[in-house]
Amino acid sequence: MYSVRMLLGLLCLAIAAFAACTIDDSADHQITLHRGLGTDPESLDPQKARSVQAADVLRDINEGLLGHSPDGELVERGAERWQVSDDGLIYTFTIREGARWSSGESLTAEHFVLGLRRLVDPAVASFYAQTVSDVVNANDIISGKLAVESLGVEAVDVRTLKITLRRPVPYLLSLLTHPSTFPAHPAYDASNDGNSARALISNGAYKLESWEPGSLLRLTRNEFYWDNANTAIDRVYHHVLTEEMSELNRYRAGELHVTSSVPPENFKQISEQYGDELRVAPYLGVYYYGFNLTRPPFKDDVDLRSALSMAINREVLIEKFTGRGEAPAYSWVPPGTYNYTPPQLGFAELPQVDRNVIARSFYEQAGYSAENPARIELRYNTSDTQKRIALAVQAMWRDVLGVETTLISEEFQVLLQNIHDRDTTQMFRASWIGDYDDAQSFLALMLSDSPSNMPGYANETYDSLVHRAAEQTDLDRRRLYLEEAERVLLADHAIVPLYFYVSKHLVHPDVHGWEDNVLDYHYSRHLSLSAAH
Amino acid sequence: MAQYVLKRLLGAIPTLLFVVVLSFLLVHAAPGGPFDEERVLPDAVAANIEAYYHLDESLPKQFVRYLSGVLQGDFGPSYRYRDHTVSELIADAFPLSIRLGVMAIIVGVVIGVGLGTLAALKQNTVTDRVAMGFAMSGISIPIFVIAPLLVLFLAVKLNWLPAGWSGSSGVSRMLLPVIALALPQIAYISRLTRASMIDVLGSGFIRTARAQGLGTYAVVRYHAMKPAMLPVLSYMGPAIASVLTGSVVVEQIFGIPGLGQFFVTGALNRDYTLVLGIVIFYAALIVLLNLIVDILYGVIDPRVRYR
Repeated sequence: MYSVRMLLGLLCLAIAAFAACTIDDSADHQITLHRGLGTDPESLDPQKARSVQAADVLRDINEGLLGHSPDGELVERGAERWQVSDDGLIYTFTIREGARWSSGESLTAEHFVLGLRRLVDPAVASFYAQTVSDVVNANDIISGKLAVESLGVEAVDVRTLKITLRRPVPYLLSLLTHPSTFPAHPAYDASNDGNSARALISNGAYKLESWEPGSLLRLTRNEFYWDNANTAIDRVYHHVLTEEMSELNRYRAGELHVTSSVPPENFKQISEQYGDELRVAPYLGVYYYGFNLTRPPFKDDVDLRSALSMAINREVLIEKFTGRGEAPAYSWVPPGTYNYTPPQLGFAELPQVDRNVIARSFYEQAGYSAENPARIELRYNTSDTQKRIALAVQAMWRDVLGVETTLISEEFQVLLQNIHDRDTTQMFRASWIGDYDDAQSFLALMLSDSPSNMPGYANETYDSLVHRAAEQTDLDRRRLYLEEAERVLLADHAIVPLYFYVSKHLVHPDVHGWEDNVLDYHYSRHLSLSAAH
Repeated sequence: MAQYVLKRLLGAIPTLLFVVVLSFLLVHAAPGGPFDEERVLPDAVAANIEAYYHLDESLPKQFVRYLSGVLQGDFGPSYRYRDHTVSELIADAFPLSIRLGVMAIIVGVVIGVGLGTLAALKQNTVTDRVAMGFAMSGISIPIFVIAPLLVLFLAVKLNWLPAGWSGSSGVSRMLLPVIALALPQIAYISRLTRASMIDVLGSGFIRTARAQGLGTYAVVRYHAMKPAMLPVLSYMGPAIASVLTGSVVVEQIFGIPGLGQFFVTGALNRDYTLVLGIVIFYAALIVLLNLIVDILYGVIDPRVRYR
């Protein structure tokens, strides 16, 4: 069959022609760590980045005044030491001697000044401009009333940086680990579009070698890094894998050392199959259901709100429906937050049977009954996990109280818009991840003027307690104010905390130095690989 | 002929303009903005970002700004990829998508035509049944089922091929995505070829050819193949469209940074400029492909005249 042979020949030719021009990058003996990243970073400009993924990569290639140890403790990085004035308003940092950019230039206090000025500069349009809102003049610069040069940040000399605050910020050192506060190289502003010059100059343990959007970020060792001698891994590949299932398959096929997550569907099977390779740890994040507090039926009806909150069996929810080792939530701030003991919802100590009895009495007090059930709409963003949880909650409410719940699944952006409009939305699902390890990061959210206050919660007592806490320089007194504020929030049942997130990774046994921490930060420079890869 | 091509190209201009206007309006009508997250931005910060991307201007003004950019080949900055322009992203992604697509089409045509011809010649035998059974399952099982199964067996269990795109290289990483994309095409094309070939083989001029003493090979190769290919050729337009849209799924599963993946993530993130850029690009591409198919038609079938 001549024709068959010809067809096959053509086929081979076609494949060869189109496949020939691919890159071969396997021919070296450097140690390479392959990490799953999730989605693409939107930017690797420290001041323009926004997502968790961008921050993960930025912590590898850049470095701020402070950073974290493998277990998540604050440690000095770009700064060697610092002093705080007695009133807590002036911080003076000494920049580390010998710290350099990947270009070989010295890292100076001026670079930190530039970074912080860029952060508040309206022309740069940073998402995180608000991070430093307590630095003198920051808010006026953000709103365009003052020039960026007026920011309360000064390079006293090459190695001395002075930051002046308008009020004490006890968590300032934590804030200064956030990538948005990282130093900036003058080249960052030279090229406005494209990722050429900017991304290549960085001051972290690694530098960016190449970035293929939607696929891969290749990092390579920064020879000029001050602690380069202690960096074990030569190259880090951050693989962009938006599908959790694809990421798991890559791990199974031996193509990844670390995954960014674990798919919920297979969690049980994975934990049996992989044992210690599966790392589950508490994480600074809370999953909650919110009420629209600005409209009936939830406005001014704390009885209905508390009945609904009480009737949800959180233990069953996390065991049967989320099933990834999450912890049930009876507070707004996650346990394990630095210098803070979250107060608990009043019914936390009771068994679910008793909670149900009390929930029913509250429900009746609110004027509802079997003949006159509450009819509620609950909105969630389209996803299997959200749907499973919503269905479970719907069933619990029906069984315990007789509530008739309509579930509405919406695309995420649509859901956000609807919550924001506070018009049709009654109840919604949402979550909050702490930006820094401090209760303030959670409690400030529910201030009446906070833009992310989704329920529309407004309580003067609460506001004043959080503001009073911000004025305290004594950490213990500050903690008491914050805890009292949370007690008010919980008593108002402004939100229904369901569970606290956990971080979930598969970590290959060859990877050493991995330590679980509440921030879920895992710097590649702290890791090493045992076998040759 | 040149006149015909020119006429078709001019005719494409209103079509493309319509696509630009409609998609611009649709994208902006979708609820939610590109920068909405659970972490709502303070007003002053949001205002700075909107000003940065000119989102604070009126819709007509934004449209004029966008259109004048597009006419100069500039699709604007991506809202999601702040370090990249839309043109850069398309320029990186398109070669990959087209390479995958073309390979899948070639594999689909070569195997599909071979299989279809074989089935037509051995009509109603076991060979025919097996070939068409394979085709039927190829049509009925969707890509999002086939692709993960391929990964599971060939990559995870047997470790013959890489499970994903990034970090590996060479032909090996192309194989699974191309197979996944080509399977439905093989199925469809082989059924088309079989039907058309049976039809042609029963016609008068083939009987004449046989009567002159030509063997099966010569009859198929020199007389039946060309007319039997016409339905396959007209299927090429939809085939390329279906490979391009099918590649959305394949690109997601294998993590390939092609146009499909950017299209989906762009739509979910309300990355207006990226989505618009890809839609316009796709539209222009399909107009062009249709024109090429129409021209090829005339090359194969002399009865077709260009007017």
